[in-house]
Amino acid sequence: MSDFEASTPLARDGRAPNVFREGGWTPMRQYSETEEVDFAIVGTGAGGGTLAARLAEKGFSVVAFDAGPFFRPLEDFASDEESQSKLYWLDERIVDGADPLVMGGNNSGKCVGGSTVHFAMVSLRFRPEHFKARTLLGYGADWPVDWREMWGYYDQVERALSISGPLSYPWGPARPAYPYRPHPMNACAQAMAVGCEHMGMKWAPMPLATVSAPRGESPPCVQRGFCRFGCSTNAKQSALVVWIPRALKAGAEVRDLAMVGRVELGSGGQVTGLHYHREGAWRFQKAKNVVVAGYAIETPRLLLNSACPDAPDGLANSSGLVGKYLMTQPNQGVFGRTKEESRWYKGPPILCVSEHWNYCDDKNFPGGYTLMSQGPMPQEWVNIQVGARKLWGSDLRHAMLDYNHMVGMKVVGEGLPSVHNSVTLADEVDQYGLRIPRITYSWTEGDKALIAHSMDQMQGCLEGANATDIFRQEQDTNHLNGTARMGDDPRTSVVNPDGRTWDHPNLWVCDGSTFPTTGGVNPSLTIQAMALRTADRIEALAARGEL
Amino acid sequence: MRDRYPDYDVADKRATPSWNDATRTALDQRLAVHPGPRFLDAAAFATLQALCGRILPQGERTHPVPLAAYVDEKLWLDKRAGFRNAELPPLREAWQRGLAALEAEAQRAYGRGFAALDPASQDALVGRMAAGGLHDPAWGDMPCALFFAERVMAEIPRAYYAHPSAWNEIGFGGPASPRGYVRLDFDKRDPWEAAEAQPGREAEARKANSRVGR
Ligand SMILES: Cc1cc2nc3c(=O)[nH]c(=O)nc-3n(C[C@H](O)[C@H](O)[C@H](O)COP(=O)(O)OP(=O)(O)OC[C@H]3O[C@@H](n4cnc5c(N)ncnc54)[C@H](O)[C@@H]3O)c2cc1C
Ligand code: SF4
Repeated sequence: MSDFEASTPLARDGRAPNVFREGGWTPMRQYSETEEVDFAIVGTGAGGGTLAARLAEKGFSVVAFDAGPFFRPLEDFASDEESQSKLYWLDERIVDGADPLVMGGNNSGKCVGGSTVHFAMVSLRFRPEHFKARTLLGYGADWPVDWREMWGYYDQVERALSISGPLSYPWGPARPAYPYRPHPMNACAQAMAVGCEHMGMKWAPMPLATVSAPRGESPPCVQRGFCRFGCSTNAKQSALVVWIPRALKAGAEVRDLAMVGRVELGSGGQVTGLHYHREGAWRFQKAKNVVVAGYAIETPRLLLNSACPDAPDGLANSSGLVGKYLMTQPNQGVFGRTKEESRWYKGPPILCVSEHWNYCDDKNFPGGYTLMSQGPMPQEWVNIQVGARKLWGSDLRHAMLDYNHMVGMKVVGEGLPSVHNSVTLADEVDQYGLRIPRITYSWTEGDKALIAHSMDQMQGCLEGANATDIFRQEQDTNHLNGTARMGDDPRTSVVNPDGRTWDHPNLWVCDGSTFPTTGGVNPSLTIQAMALRTADRIEALAARGEL
Repeated sequence: MRDRYPDYDVADKRATPSWNDATRTALDQRLAVHPGPRFLDAAAFATLQALCGRILPQGERTHPVPLAAYVDEKLWLDKRAGFRNAELPPLREAWQRGLAALEAEAQRAYGRGFAALDPASQDALVGRMAAGGLHDPAWGDMPCALFFAERVMAEIPRAYYAHPSAWNEIGFGGPASPRGYVRLDFDKRDPWEAAEAQPGREAEARKANSRVGR
């Protein structure tokens, strides 16, 4: 095991790491395991981290658990792809289906702050109609929430993260100006803009969750480009540097290196707390409410692994839908060569956006998609070369020599929900003795049509930008949703619009797994907006004595 | 292979604001990799070395990147990728079986071990592995094309492009914390980035590259 995995928890003895100071500490309130805390939250990423901060700020007692370590970016993050794999969920998962998903580094995080520690910071709102895709557009499912309410929460998240974006945004209903000015577009983003103009599509600088001017203790982004491997300067507005410090300040406790293995079901359908593994032993935390926020693989896995005589198919699973409707987003790319040097490792990797195909309904496939520029680091880039072009040997080495002359684009598409795509339990167990997940995935015909369309569009853009030797990366996915879908009917959903499970009134889900559809944009802004909404709803329910 | 970035050495930046302590530690560890083998036995390691030599041939280098050592280290640590295709056994078993099977295929086709074959014959076997065309019983139920795509090609190229020698070769800026970059436009280079040699103007690039660590 790497030296990191062997290390002991840092959040203990009344203090937690101060993410803004090398070797620094911040005071942390602690709760005993026998004290029935108001909320025990599993996972501290986009969903769990946000909810922990807001619930603590509203005066609830909160303990948030994360299986991964608590980093101080300034001292712990190297400027290096390989060694930063310490941010990822690298425990074994089995993948199958016609289009097995690529998990690991490209996929989910395992540290305090969750996947937002290595996410690419793209911060986009759903198109309003995408919240009612079934009714208004004829595919997927409807969200049981109103878009206007969500837009109010988007406003709040954008302010909380000081999103850097354009003064006016070309698509969708009016929205406030982004709090901070946009980041400069690098060469690759400029090529995309030229390409979009050529194709008759609008483009804009990408709204990003990294600050373009100082904010609190975050310095402005220095365009170093290693964002997907952890931001060592703290410019990135991850849950680790935004929500976790707020949670601690408001009196929440964070337990790092604490793997939750089972949620305990008591009598009367209520859960009583959770079993977690920390410092070599299984422990139990009592709680009045448990919130699962482990992302779309670990959330259903935990619910399924919590099966017991009163819930033999797993918690919250009377509908049989826990683990079903797993969605990912098409993330195919098209790449080409330019005569000029692009040096696309500079700057946040994604600096230009076009939402044209989210807002245009004149098309022959269900769903929408966003196009964005790209800037892979060498290991990522060789993976693309190998996967898309099947290169090896001296051909591969030669192709890689053009690294500084490449431009490229990627799609983030609205992957469609299908009941056949799922997370189930394999027989194999992990280092804690817990059954590992089996992830089954196949594209639907609708997905395939969307992918084909998007690749033609990207190819057109790159041709319009005078790129040559253009090639397509036919297979790639990103972002995970579904598996504990929300709805307003207990027979066809796992949680209600508040994230409360239908089966157990004090068991909640607050993360990407509650999405009924993925929308045509990256999910984290919506996950955080939903977490803010859940916190408000919990406060309102508590005030009415309905918790 | 033409040297596109002559005299560029990313390590020259080690003491500049482009590298923080965590980066220096990470790269020191990378360069001090155990030569191996610690996990594989000597025969399997020899097959692996030969295979690495075909996936990323480095004939021109006096100090080739020790790719087999990195793979063996990963196996020794059992450092997995975070997922595996349902048709593959776990990491260690996949490599042990795959390397043994490649050896068996070499014996079957040429009557000699894989490492002892000439490069053209090695490439022929690698090509058949990639295309799913090898079926010796030593593969068991592991499809050879899947072993090639998900293990060989996921791990050997990654090891190469994690090495500073590879960064020098492709002109990658390398570590960039805390300084980052300033010039983001086409054909714009910060003074601490690699300079590409235009044909006939190699001396200019050499001079610029000798200064990236200033
Ligand atoms: C490379 C990459 C780039 C991305 N880029 C973007 C982007 O630009 N924009 C965007 O919007 N989205 C992006 N995403 C997606 C985004 O990061 C995720 O959708 C989002 O973080 C998911 O939030 P979450 O709360 O559901 O889960 P996470 O943020 O992943 O948090 C889950 C946490 O729960 C912990 N956990 C899980 N199970 C347990 C357990 N049993 N016990 C204890 N702890 C547990 C995990 O360790 C983890 O820390 C990106 C993702 C990746 C991988
Ligand atoms: S480019 Fe900006 S956000 Fe990305 S890692 Fe660097 S400083 Fe952080």
